[in-house]
Amino acid sequence: MSLTLVKQRTDQQTASPRRVDGVAKIRGTALYVDDLPCADVLHGATVRTTAAGGTLQEVVFDPAIDWSEFVVVTARDIPGMNAVKLLENDQVVLVDRAFRHAGEAVVLLAHADPEKLGMALKGVSLVELPNTAPIFDIDAALAAQQEIIPGNIYTDYLLDRGDVAEGEHLADVVIEERFLTPSQEQLYIEPQGMLAHLQKDGSILVEGSMQCPYYVLDALVQCMGMDKDHLRVVQSTTGGAFGGKEDYPSVIACHAALLALKAGGRSVKLVYERGEDLRVTPKRHPSRTLISLGANKAGELQFIDMDFAIDGGAYRTLSPVVLSRGVIHAPGPYKCPHIRVRGRAVATNHPPFGAFRGFGAPQSIFAMEVAMDRLARKLAMDPAELRRINLLRTGDVNPTGDVVGADCFAHATLDVALEHTHYYQRLAEYRAWNAAGHQTRKGIGLATFAHGAGFTGNGELHLASRVSLQALANGHVEILCSNTEMGQGAATTLVQIAADALGLPMDRVHLAQADTSRVPNSGPTVASRTCMVVGELIQKAAGQLLQRLRETAELAAPHDAQSFAAACARLCAVAGDTLVTAQYQPPTDMRWDEQAFLGRAYASYAWAAYIAEVEVDVLTLETRVLDFTAVQEIGDAVHPVIVQGQIEGGVAQGIGYALYEDVLWNERGVMANDRLTNYIIPTSADLGFMHVVLLEGGLGAGPKGAKGVGELPMDGPAPAIVNAIQQALDIDICQIPVKPEMLLELTMSRGN
Amino acid sequence: MSDWIRPRHLPEALEILATAPGPYRVISGGTDLMVECHLAPERRPESWLDISGLRELQGLQITEEGIRIGAATSLEAIRRHAEVVAHWPMLAASAAVTGAPPIQNRATLGGNVCNASPAADNAPTLLAYGARLEIVHHHGSRWLPYGDFHLGYRKTALQPGELLSALWIPYPPKHSRGYFRKVGTRAAQAIAKVSIAALIEVNSDGIIQSAHFGMASVAATPCALPSVSQYLLGRALCDIADMQVRQKVKQDIAPIQDIRSTTAYRLEIASRLVLEAIHKRSESKKEN
Repeated sequence: MSLTLVKQRTDQQTASPRRVDGVAKIRGTALYVDDLPCADVLHGATVRTTAAGGTLQEVVFDPAIDWSEFVVVTARDIPGMNAVKLLENDQVVLVDRAFRHAGEAVVLLAHADPEKLGMALKGVSLVELPNTAPIFDIDAALAAQQEIIPGNIYTDYLLDRGDVAEGEHLADVVIEERFLTPSQEQLYIEPQGMLAHLQKDGSILVEGSMQCPYYVLDALVQCMGMDKDHLRVVQSTTGGAFGGKEDYPSVIACHAALLALKAGGRSVKLVYERGEDLRVTPKRHPSRTLISLGANKAGELQFIDMDFAIDGGAYRTLSPVVLSRGVIHAPGPYKCPHIRVRGRAVATNHPPFGAFRGFGAPQSIFAMEVAMDRLARKLAMDPAELRRINLLRTGDVNPTGDVVGADCFAHATLDVALEHTHYYQRLAEYRAWNAAGHQTRKGIGLATFAHGAGFTGNGELHLASRVSLQALANGHVEILCSNTEMGQGAATTLVQIAADALGLPMDRVHLAQADTSRVPNSGPTVASRTCMVVGELIQKAAGQLLQRLRETAELAAPHDAQSFAAACARLCAVAGDTLVTAQYQPPTDMRWDEQAFLGRAYASYAWAAYIAEVEVDVLTLETRVLDFTAVQEIGDAVHPVIVQGQIEGGVAQGIGYALYEDVLWNERGVMANDRLTNYIIPTSADLGFMHVVLLEGGLGAGPKGAKGVGELPMDGPAPAIVNAIQQALDIDICQIPVKPEMLLELTMSRGN
Repeated sequence: MSDWIRPRHLPEALEILATAPGPYRVISGGTDLMVECHLAPERRPESWLDISGLRELQGLQITEEGIRIGAATSLEAIRRHAEVVAHWPMLAASAAVTGAPPIQNRATLGGNVCNASPAADNAPTLLAYGARLEIVHHHGSRWLPYGDFHLGYRKTALQPGELLSALWIPYPPKHSRGYFRKVGTRAAQAIAKVSIAALIEVNSDGIIQSAHFGMASVAATPCALPSVSQYLLGRALCDIADMQVRQKVKQDIAPIQDIRSTTAYRLEIASRLVLEAIHKRSESKKEN
């Protein structure tokens, strides 16, 4: 694995300090939810619906079991509203009568003995009147012969700029394609779980694995019918999330809290086993895209016309937001006068799909980038050349009608990627190799894309995030924010940003545990926003703190850790306020029309060009990634090694998405391959060599011009790999994962 | 409460098995059984007979005829054994693609055979090399060709009270060459979609003197390819009709569609690999 920084830095060693959470995790002393010490704990378990929607007629408890030993919770025990707090209150916390998918929670049980609990689970039978015609397919949902909700459409968006009819008139070459992408499991190492305690004063404390403590708090307020002062949510060490712990922790937290409320003061632990986690928690939305592209003979795009539909599953959850990001990213980083993207999130009887790294963008970018290669072939043009002709430059109008400013590096990433991989040389070598009739075929494929960081449009304005810094008498500073370390490195990055801004060594700055009774709401840990948006707020708060120390505690400029500590001590001694808070202010030039999808969708885009080199075995049609080169402009790499890790991990997930990972469904719409032997993610033996190249333009909205980077590496691998395989085998591929079984069908039907 | 016995000597183990053959589940490395227990706790046996302490079941011994491998020898020990690498390279190769190194450290060759998965990674190799099994009982022992061991899906020829004590593999014929390949769901930690081992002996006139195949994941049990072997026997290499071979493969295997692959893929790739084995006979090609 290699890392290249194009803007040569001299501070790379000091720029990549040791992770603040590293030692505890390596030594095994970090406490994940299942490790939290808790005396006399009860274990929780969930009885779930089995049919793909229907009505619950009766719940039968086996009379042979002494149920007085168990804590039993049903919908009737919910003190507040029986609805999971999200965009819409359509999803129940516990099924009372109607339900829409298999795997919805109906009864919660708790007992001190996990074995007895396991037997009791089998002693609860549900009498269901099943839905006889469940829908599992996007086009079947759109045909709406059966309706889950009116028309089966949660959200219908239209990005419509220019006039596609006019574009069709101007185009010399047109292609039309239909692409499919599957669901994908986040597969965090630590399965989901919560631990709930009813406190003596009647308040409830919930600890657990999560990305967004305030989402969990809001869900508890609604479900428990209690005010915020009587609820407290604390994040425990979280072993991976990737979006999978954005919305579902709210469900588990409500369940654990309901059990704790009835357990008479004993704490309740509700931790999912891997199979249950795979079957019931949300995954990436499957998608279906109809796309038509047109270009003139010179290769200039004349129109982009897309019908992008995602499977939202049985409840609305986050689908509208996923769809919105998918629609905005669909037309790619290209200049095109006529663009129409219709986006729809449809209802099916699958469990709801949710957030996963990329959040709708990997699906639509896959369609666009593979279509670009088809267009290049029809134009008899090199795919890199077609992109070079169309990639945005400063001053161009982007797909949402915004004029592109100086912060545009689409061409730079492409140029560096082509140069770094010796693209044209490789292309010639692979052509010669393939013509020579070896046992394998090789190909080199490209994807160029951009990813917007932070909440879409006015989202950050609505969030109005706040971050506080607390100066302590000993000269240490605590960061108070609700953003979570979940393995991605945020704790280190945020501490680094604060230490840098305060002029202190990193060991003087600490990230407080995300505890809603202490930290302000700085928004959820999603959307590649933590470093850029929250980091920027930390930097702002650091400025405020320094100013206060200078004005009221005689802090000299410049200062060192010692004089800083002395000033903190003086401030504390005079009982001055040692807490400063910074609040998000939107950039003044940020205008976004949510209805028309026009304007500036994101404060910053990060730019990327990814190149995959693959080898396909002619005999078995197995594909191997030989080399993967990821070039991206990310503004500023706060911690280059963490950034590299983010990109390598994202590329690995992207390779899985492209070649291996396939959620298979049983006849009731539940994940059938719910074991790690059958849900195939790549191992280190499958990944090939990765080259990470970072470009730092320094113009992003974050500290020192940093931009969000977390989701970007999920967007590019699948189309780059598919484009490489198409070239290697001279076939057309319309869906992922590209498994050998599919390639066999494609090559055999071609009569090869 | 479950009962766990770990005898130090084989006779002791056999006596336990003979007196209570039903209740005791034999375990050694546990890499298959522990997973099973976790997934189906209700089928967890009450009584365990741990044979990992039996010295008689450990180790590899070279004899004039071949090699004797104790049933409880780890795959790690087998794949690193110099004689195995030199004379039975397909066995070294199949042991090296069983799970991944942590699995190979615990898993045993006997366990891989007795677990009787249709996808058993070392089964094709043992079939191609014509392995024999040494099966012991309180009252004595018997030999069984490995080809007669698998009676049906997860059903073996082991009788109540019997224990597989060793596997015996003869030296391959002088002019034979082997071909091994596992096609899995990924490069490591994978269950086979199709795997093959072939040992083909060709004389100086280009006539096939013997041809033995073993395949996994293409039928209810690991299987040989009797029709293919018979077709090839005595035939000149230049006289082989690929279409005929494909026909014979189709007769010999019964692949299914499951969570890992399709019938069509298994059938086609099985045929391709058999033809590759015949025409290439490259030594034990490991996947990737």
